[in-house]
Amino acid sequence: MTINGFAQIGLFFLVLVALVKPLGWYMARVYGGQSCGMDRVMGPIELQIYRLCGARATEEMNWKSYAVAMLLFNITGLVALYALQRLQGFLPLNSAALGAVAPDLAFNTASSFITNTNWQAYAGESTLSYLTQMLGLTVQNFVSAATGMAILVALIRGFIARTAATIGNFWVDLTRSTLYILLPLSVILALVLVSQGTVQTFGPSHQIALLQPVTYDKPLVDAAGQPILDEKGVAKTEATTATEQAVAVGPAASQVAIKHLGTNGGGFFNANAAHPYENPTPLTDVILILAETLIAASLTYTFGKMVGDTRQGWAILAAMLSVLALFVLGTYWAESAGNPRLTALGVEQTAANAPGGNMEGKEVRFGVARSALFATATTATSTGAVNSMHDSFTPLGGLVPLFMMQFGEVILGGVGSGLCGMLVFAIIAVFLAGLMVGRTPEYLGKKIETYEMKMAALVILIMPIIVLGFTALAVVTEFGTSSILNPGAHGFSEILYAYTSQGNNNGSAFGGLNANTPFYNLTGALAMLVSRFWLAIPTLALAGSLAHKKIVPPGLGTLPTHTPLFVSLLVGVVIMVGALTFVPALALGPVVEHLLMGAR
Amino acid sequence: MKKQLKPALVTFLILTVVTGLIYPAIVTGLAQLLFPYQANGSLIVREGKPIGSILLGQPFDDPKYFWGRPSATAPFPYNAAASSGSNLGPTNPALMEAVTTRVAALKTADPGNEAPVPVDLVTASGSGLDPHISPAAAEYQVRRVARARGMEETVVRTAVSQHIEGRQLGILGERRVNVLVLNLALDASAQRR
Repeated sequence: MTINGFAQIGLFFLVLVALVKPLGWYMARVYGGQSCGMDRVMGPIELQIYRLCGARATEEMNWKSYAVAMLLFNITGLVALYALQRLQGFLPLNSAALGAVAPDLAFNTASSFITNTNWQAYAGESTLSYLTQMLGLTVQNFVSAATGMAILVALIRGFIARTAATIGNFWVDLTRSTLYILLPLSVILALVLVSQGTVQTFGPSHQIALLQPVTYDKPLVDAAGQPILDEKGVAKTEATTATEQAVAVGPAASQVAIKHLGTNGGGFFNANAAHPYENPTPLTDVILILAETLIAASLTYTFGKMVGDTRQGWAILAAMLSVLALFVLGTYWAESAGNPRLTALGVEQTAANAPGGNMEGKEVRFGVARSALFATATTATSTGAVNSMHDSFTPLGGLVPLFMMQFGEVILGGVGSGLCGMLVFAIIAVFLAGLMVGRTPEYLGKKIETYEMKMAALVILIMPIIVLGFTALAVVTEFGTSSILNPGAHGFSEILYAYTSQGNNNGSAFGGLNANTPFYNLTGALAMLVSRFWLAIPTLALAGSLAHKKIVPPGLGTLPTHTPLFVSLLVGVVIMVGALTFVPALALGPVVEHLLMGAR
Repeated sequence: MKKQLKPALVTFLILTVVTGLIYPAIVTGLAQLLFPYQANGSLIVREGKPIGSILLGQPFDDPKYFWGRPSATAPFPYNAAASSGSNLGPTNPALMEAVTTRVAALKTADPGNEAPVPVDLVTASGSGLDPHISPAAAEYQVRRVARARGMEETVVRTAVSQHIEGRQLGILGERRVNVLVLNLALDASAQRR
């Protein structure tokens, strides 16, 4: 660990906090329907959408209509994205002449992108055409993020409303999130990325002569593209010399910008943000981490502004950032310590003139500090982009990203959905506090009663059932275990990580696991769909029920929810629920591996 | 339910056009106008032909060249059409085997070099295309490169130090050396002599 490393991490937190208020204020105006400056550009498009939708498109909705609208919109997206992948061979902008994506993979990818997960069972540059990347993935990057933001705004309206039946209009919230927030920020971010070296072109890949030709063993394939095996069942190869290489390019910057702003995470290239054409410099790395945390963090201010007490928002943000900071330092420490088994082989891992630490799967320009920060931020938010390969992290360094997701993506989390989850935890926190002193709990003047607690419990319980259930299924079946790359406890971690990531709509991976099999594609798609929509519906039900209630003025016995005491209570509840649910599973994977790594 | 179907389709279509066609088209147009060099891949062009990108590494195993990070791309290292890391876990015997082989290759190419090997020189990068190594990894190879080229060590060392990139804005990222750019510079200086 170096002073510079701490400085880089500290700088990120400072800049993030400085940006929260301006963007949060702006978003409050957007959702309040007030003028915000972007109206001049986007206003006409917005009005045109409402006009074409029909006269009643902007009426206020009750929670059930809101949920139906949200589901219908997402099903449309699912069908369209599936069709686009299956038909890409016949469609334009396919310079690499890529064929149809296999049905199970196409279903997994469609589910992945409509749920804001962006789990990638495919390799971007060799599977999807430019058209599929743009018209399919980029679109879902926007609208899945906007869906999450819409649900959050509906929940906030539930807190503000007094004995009301409605919680806003889904089409308005969706459209305004996309046109007024995500789109303008993405254009700016994409151009900043390009200025640093992120590619943005519709041209085909470049053929480049190598300075030193490379000789390698090329696997032989038959006419059907299957590897030819020798008598022992090993693939036959022939020595080949490459004098030039194909360099994949494409319209990457526009997709990378929204993949971070919308906490999506699906890379244009297979190596995601480790690829120099996605994330070329340390500066772009900082900007990408800021982009993926910015909206989620600023929404806490928007929340405070809308409920009329910004201290409530700051308290939630304080809880989120304190957990994030703690775990960033944890990963940084584990990765800086490096791999004792490599030291034994005569490898220098201390940070003198080198980045030092565990560099397997990491890029030199980022080093250990930036990689640790990125890994923690990408899993704390539901982004799931990676600038280093989590599978190759030290056991404890890899435990942190796992654990961050297992909190249920509430430490910033996905845009909108993360704060929804954190507000549910806040409700549970006031409920626990109420139990301790024997009072009916209240949050923001709303009484928390049986129905609210039932919905909150659903939100908390569904995710672990999905994650642990599918993990258990995969580790006891041949379908599951045959995809493992790394032997031993690490193989278990790979499977646990896969379902944790999909079951929390994160999308990052222990990439060694071969996730492109029918078993993983289908169970994964199910995990992603259930955890996204089965959580969205109780959240909207909660919003509807809260909206019906009166606002009770705070009395002497009301627990104030903007104090350090409440922040610690909230952090305690989040960590406790996550730990109680997942520590046994973590003990079987990363913890066992850590103990084995030290002992020789 | 039916009442919501039309808004669902209309909103989806319009937002698809706006975010899936207009947005990438505008960004591409502005990028090609303002930053054409970066937008097309930061290519190094000699005599009208691209010979590399300053952002992507290339495979080197000739002793006269500085070697970059090991690359796990298939079927050959530094395949810029199929970026990938090794994804080997920290206790995987395959990782130990790979690192042992790489350490041995470095020692064979430079007999008598007993310095500990900098970690970035024997571990695969995340993208498989990492263009950089640390200054320590470059220093480790100075003697070998100088000997293979019949140059003074100090001359090679000076070339290395001229190619060390500092932290961006003085604080961000790590100090590093671009291997392809350094090797091109060494070849160029060899031709001049």
